[in-house]
Amino acid sequence: MSQKVKDASIPTIPLGARIQRWIGRNLIRIYAIFAFTYLFIPVAYTFAFSFNDSGKSNLIWKGFTLGNWQNPCGAPEVCSALGNSIKIGFLATFFSTILGTMIAFAIGRHKFRGRSTSNLLIFLPMATPEIVMGASLLSLFLVFKINPGFWPTVIAHIVFCISFVVVTVKARIASLDPRLEQAAMDLYANEFETFRRVTLPLVAPGIAGAALLAFSLSFDDFIITNFNSGTLTTFPKFIYVSAARGIPAQANVIGSAMFFLALTIVIVGQLVNRRKVR
Amino acid sequence: MGKIRTPYLLLLPGFGFLFTFFILPIINLAQTSTQTNVAGGDTGQYEQTFRFANYVDAFVENKEQFGRSFLYATIATVLALAIAYPLAYAIAFKAGKYKNLLLVLVVAPFFTSFLLRTIAWKQILGEEGFVVPTLRSLGIISQSTTLTSTSFAVVMGMTYNFLPFMTLPLYASIDRIDPRTLEASGDLYANGLTTFRRVTLPLSMPGVVAGTLLTFIPAAGDYVNAAILGNPNTKMLGNVIESRYFKIVDYPTAAALSFTLMAAILILVTLYIRKAGTEELV
Repeated sequence: MSQKVKDASIPTIPLGARIQRWIGRNLIRIYAIFAFTYLFIPVAYTFAFSFNDSGKSNLIWKGFTLGNWQNPCGAPEVCSALGNSIKIGFLATFFSTILGTMIAFAIGRHKFRGRSTSNLLIFLPMATPEIVMGASLLSLFLVFKINPGFWPTVIAHIVFCISFVVVTVKARIASLDPRLEQAAMDLYANEFETFRRVTLPLVAPGIAGAALLAFSLSFDDFIITNFNSGTLTTFPKFIYVSAARGIPAQANVIGSAMFFLALTIVIVGQLVNRRKVR
Repeated sequence: MGKIRTPYLLLLPGFGFLFTFFILPIINLAQTSTQTNVAGGDTGQYEQTFRFANYVDAFVENKEQFGRSFLYATIATVLALAIAYPLAYAIAFKAGKYKNLLLVLVVAPFFTSFLLRTIAWKQILGEEGFVVPTLRSLGIISQSTTLTSTSFAVVMGMTYNFLPFMTLPLYASIDRIDPRTLEASGDLYANGLTTFRRVTLPLSMPGVVAGTLLTFIPAAGDYVNAAILGNPNTKMLGNVIESRYFKIVDYPTAAALSFTLMAAILILVTLYIRKAGTEELV
């Protein structure tokens, strides 16, 4: 499409009109820059205020310090909350990835009675507002006299992560070339070998992506956690509770560190993937 | 024989889990919603009396918050669509080799806790932030106007927080469009606007539907944005359900409200999917 505007360089066109054309041609790029700025303003703010020499409440800029980064556990409860979030995140990711991948293979690879009902059952948790899911699960735990806490939270997180794992892995399975598996079978690999040596390695990036998604959903969840965790504090819960009296700068340190860590993992993953494709 | 059983064996553990911890709780919630206080019992003690009027009471008592939930969620969804569509379009068609990097950047803000980001907005838009004094000195807003603790801030926070949910499915759909179809449209003398209206938009409809659903559903049930960025007059249904559960220990009303919210969302979603004419959801 951009070839048509090549004649913009004909020298008779005045500068003003040329600038106008340039803007017209790049409008969507300029827009994208604005949109990304919007997305990153609060991230940058959080990062900047992780260096604030703030004392108790991190509301006003009081001066630059590296102290918060050197002592990220300096504020009470911050690191125990973070530890809980990481533990819950790993457990929820582990179980939801296994359960979800199995479902994805069943739906993506087999024709069977009840397939559309299965699809519906996967869609429903995603169409249920978090507050309804959280509240209903808490009611169930209360009926069975199970106290909210660590394991109820893990269970709740597995519930909402499964659907996202299924959708992600299923998309990957759908994009596979069926001829690769046929080729393996033609080369006398049995069904199990074909699965282990051809199908699974091909689906693996999808499973890894699903696991990463599950972890970030679990790690960042507040609403469902708030209903099912009782007195247990997770990182988001810690932030919500301390918001009233001011969040310690250490929370900004941890939030920013998580941001850079996750970004690194994703970018390294993409580079590894690209090298493999080559 | 084994072949027929394989899919069911694969489904069994996951669906067993979902049945126990998703379907059963919903059934139990339905049951709770028609209970009433035990006469002379403690707070939090309820018995089943099949009092369906609970729904009427809950709705009448909270119709304002109900309306607000759907109004805010609708505005936030429309805004997110308006912001995300050109962005997804730019990434799909104009980013070249930076496509993957830009996609990562769309999701990247997710990794800073969404609560931290919402609170960051509160401080940025607050009295001590840089936005309000700037706008005041430029005379765009009056000296007494504030941005936080307003419905504007709540809707803005929701738009912001759910933006990636809108952008990703939109991108997935737009990226699948063959650029040659757009060229063909141009060759047939369609101008930019007509090409967008008749070619690009219809082809990206699955993404529009998926994106609006992924934004609207969590937005309608959200209470965090309203709690952090709003004031008592911007309370949404989520805030009511939360306080019924934790502060007032009124489980039946909370259950009835949750159920009404879910039913309303499901009805709207079904109507919307019918209207948008796509069954391809996940």
